Amino acid sequence: MDISLQHYLAVAAMLFTIGVFGIFVNRKNVIIILMSVELILLAVNINFVAFSTYLNDVSGQLMAMFVLTVAAAEAAVGLAILVTFFRNRGDIAVDDASVMKG
Amino acid sequence: MTDLSSALQLAAPELTLAVGGLVLLMLGAFTGEKSTRLISGLSILLLAAASVLAAVGPLGTAFNGAYVADPLAVYGKVAIFLSAAVAIVLGDGWIHRNGIAKFEYPVLIVLASVGMSMMASSGDLISLYIGIEMHSLALYVLAAYHRDNLKASEAGLKYFVLGALSSGLLLYGASLIYGFAGSMRFVDIAAFATANPGPGLIFGLVFLICGLAFKVSAAPFHMWTPDVYEGAPTPVVALFATAPKIAAMVLIIRVLVEGFGVAHGQWAQVIILISLISFAVGSFGGLMQKDIQRLLAYSSIINIGYALLGVAAGTEAGVQATLMFMTLYAIDQFGFFAVLLSLSRNGRPIRKISDLAGLKKDRPLLAVALTILSLSAVGIPPMSGFWGKFFVFGAAADAGYWMAGAAGLVASVVAGFYYLRIIKVMWFDAAETEVVTDKSPLEAKWIALVAAAFCFPLVIVALTWLEPLTRAAASGVGVG
Repeated sequence: MDISLQHYLAVAAMLFTIGVFGIFVNRKNVIIILMSVELILLAVNINFVAFSTYLNDVSGQLMAMFVLTVAAAEAAVGLAILVTFFRNRGDIAVDDASVMKG
Repeated sequence: MTDLSSALQLAAPELTLAVGGLVLLMLGAFTGEKSTRLISGLSILLLAAASVLAAVGPLGTAFNGAYVADPLAVYGKVAIFLSAAVAIVLGDGWIHRNGIAKFEYPVLIVLASVGMSMMASSGDLISLYIGIEMHSLALYVLAAYHRDNLKASEAGLKYFVLGALSSGLLLYGASLIYGFAGSMRFVDIAAFATANPGPGLIFGLVFLICGLAFKVSAAPFHMWTPDVYEGAPTPVVALFATAPKIAAMVLIIRVLVEGFGVAHGQWAQVIILISLISFAVGSFGGLMQKDIQRLLAYSSIINIGYALLGVAAGTEAGVQATLMFMTLYAIDQFGFFAVLLSLSRNGRPIRKISDLAGLKKDRPLLAVALTILSLSAVGIPPMSGFWGKFFVFGAAADAGYWMAGAAGLVASVVAGFYYLRIIKVMWFDAAETEVVTDKSPLEAKWIALVAAAFCFPLVIVALTWLEPLTRAAASGVGVG
């Protein structure tokens, strides 16, 4: 069986959906949310690279490189904010992130 | 002149800010926290220099179409840089008074400005994404800047999680657009969309709109706004309410009106829907709020609804109205936050609306300023808020969206309730307990007074030069 563009897009769409649901359904752990964000970005990367090969156009792969770089920076910033939150709170459960409501 | 040197000349504002920001970071790292004031001053100079460079610099495209310097970008950049500079002025005093005077505050704002100005002049999907991420990453950190404060770190965390999700949605949309149109450049995408606007392209565009709506905090993507406005440091919120929103609005104009102008019929429905939901959420959500900054968050949601109405019109007049509205709105917002920053009672900053009671006796001048700012936000003629809405509703009605404009008017009447409550508490309620109003910090007080004076009566004069400026910025951008 040939693996065509559609297969790549389907996998990416599934990963993307899992990532989005990981953020909305998961109500416990911020680390899991960070993992879900990474999953979304990687799903997008699969899309970009698949399209790039399909279109014979290099800019999609270029974008994938940028996305990888930004994902690393984003993880660094996210974990840093998480550390300050942990210091103030002593816990990283999302249920507790509710000083502000309304 | 070679290709590269002309490209570098075009990108001079961003390059100045990026290099200057890094130099200031090194300066801060070597001299320590005692040089915070110096670095704030230098950052303001840097932003001023960048806005001059943007205003007088050459126009054109560079880097294979990824970077566009056109009148729209120039207008957006000058507005962004000036807002960022005001936020540094407001914040420098605040961080010193609160014992968190670290030099990173101005540097982060400068670095965020680089990203925002990239957004304003992005010509393809790559520079769009890089611009958005460069400003977002700096803003996540700024939201959690008061790191010993539980609310601030919670605000930072929520902003980060939802912001990262929105970037993901935006990127997914970008990948679909790239795949279906076969190019990253907006010009090529526009050409492709003219030839064959398929469902795949529109599908990607909807994702992209969702991501951008997060960044301007339009409902139903507004969940982060009230919490971040309440928890983040007040000067940082003043920045959030102005510069990033202007940048994202320019970006929305660029993608939708320039890139997808031919698909106007499809995306205009989405934008109208978003602005209608924003009207509803912003006006009714704000009614029960007690915290002033939370209230301002709902007010920002409703105002973004108005600005999006101008985008939905899609015409040149609509783009002009959006730019005008965002400018007047930014000045009004700076006034609000400057009033909040210049008031504290018994050594504690004012948080609740009820804290304003009896202000007319203690600080009559600031009470007058806050009254003008509130009335302007309601949209009472002839104050600045009225003119912004006047242009937006006019453009929307001309494009045939007069029903949405009418909904906006209703929303503004409902929202009038909470602005009038601020005025009522300030002028007619007596303070319950004995309160001592502390001395106002000079810079915040002056910014508040100047912003109020601008809202009325200076705006009448300012309109005579703001109108041609925005018209020039919007010239050539628009469908039909």
